[in-house]
Amino acid sequence: MTAGVDLSPKAQAIGSDEDVVRVRQLVRTVAVAVKLSLVDQTKLVTAASELARNTLIYGGGGSAEVTVVDDGRRRGVRIVFADSGPGIPDLDLALTDGYTTGGGLGLGLSGARRLVDEFDVETAAGNGTRVTVTKWSR
Amino acid sequence: MALTAEESGRLVGLLAAHAERVVQRWADIVAASLHGRLSQAELRLQVQELHRSMIDAGAEGLTDIQSEGAGELRAALAELSRGWARQGFSATETAVGLYALKDVLVELAEAGEVELRDVVAFGGLIDRMGLFTFETYVHTREGLIADQAEQLLELSTPVVKIWDGVVAVPLVGTLDSARAQVVMERLLQTLVDTGSPHAIIDITGVPAVDTQVAQHILKTVVAARLMGADCIISGIRPQIAQTIVALGIEFGDIATKASLADALRHVLRLTGVEAARRQPRREA
Repeated sequence: MTAGVDLSPKAQAIGSDEDVVRVRQLVRTVAVAVKLSLVDQTKLVTAASELARNTLIYGGGGSAEVTVVDDGRRRGVRIVFADSGPGIPDLDLALTDGYTTGGGLGLGLSGARRLVDEFDVETAAGNGTRVTVTKWSR
Repeated sequence: MALTAEESGRLVGLLAAHAERVVQRWADIVAASLHGRLSQAELRLQVQELHRSMIDAGAEGLTDIQSEGAGELRAALAELSRGWARQGFSATETAVGLYALKDVLVELAEAGEVELRDVVAFGGLIDRMGLFTFETYVHTREGLIADQAEQLLELSTPVVKIWDGVVAVPLVGTLDSARAQVVMERLLQTLVDTGSPHAIIDITGVPAVDTQVAQHILKTVVAARLMGADCIISGIRPQIAQTIVALGIEFGDIATKASLADALRHVLRLTGVEAARRQPRREA
């Protein structure tokens, strides 16, 4: 492991546009530290940006937690976005390309799923949403 | 927590009776913490000013920093901390500037000029004055930061003319809604001012293109088209291209190029300007 790089889990509250930028910077730092390729770094950072903005806009704010994971063979970055907002009533619909309730392109959630290796959404109406994504190094 | 009228009277009496000594010691202690970044004379003047406002406020009954009669004192404190914040002094240094007065009071108590009980009471008032200074300091700094953010916004979005009828917008950094708005306004205005039919938006310096950034760029392109200008997006690096594909963003019939040079060459070709490499002339 590279000396001087802190790989402990890091959390970032998401409450404003500036926090979305902070999440992006945090994810980039960790992605560089576990030596993801430049393409994978960019993909993960972009996915994090989409999900952090969803947490802010649709979840009414929440938090992101970035952890380094290791399956014995390779390392990866796992990010958990959690909010206690209204939840997603129809997940399949929300994951459809071009579907949006907020005036965006409607590609954030579905696009983020294509940008990462593992993608999991836990949501219940009125109980908030928890999105977990993982990107493994190659 | 506020001082009683008698305590306030005793404090003012003390400050007035030992005026010269208080100002001198106060200025000395502050000077030691500032390491000569403010001249002795200047510092003495500021301390004198504060000392005078405290005595003036005392005439009206200086029981608390928020009281009616302390208006002028608050103004003097605010003036001091604003000045120090602008000169780049730290928050601690600004607060210490006031807390130094406590040291002076302790010295006076050691000399038997004031009772220890009073020193504690006066200390409470000075603490609140210090907090007030601190608040003004933070407020001033926040103002400075907001100003700088605005200046940065202005600085970071230049629209440059790179050829007859071709303007370019080199985007650097995060493209949030505020910046996207500035970029769009600048670009459209420049198109009108220069009568340029071609615009190049260069995103080499944008670290990540997510759906929001893409949407901002697309809107800018559409707006430029409505004004009759043709827009090209350049500076799409390999990792950005792959991310855009995975996200599923469609740029439609908007021309995109890998580098600004390619984009310029494309525009020149469209306008019938041929860029040819000349054979280097040999020295005879």
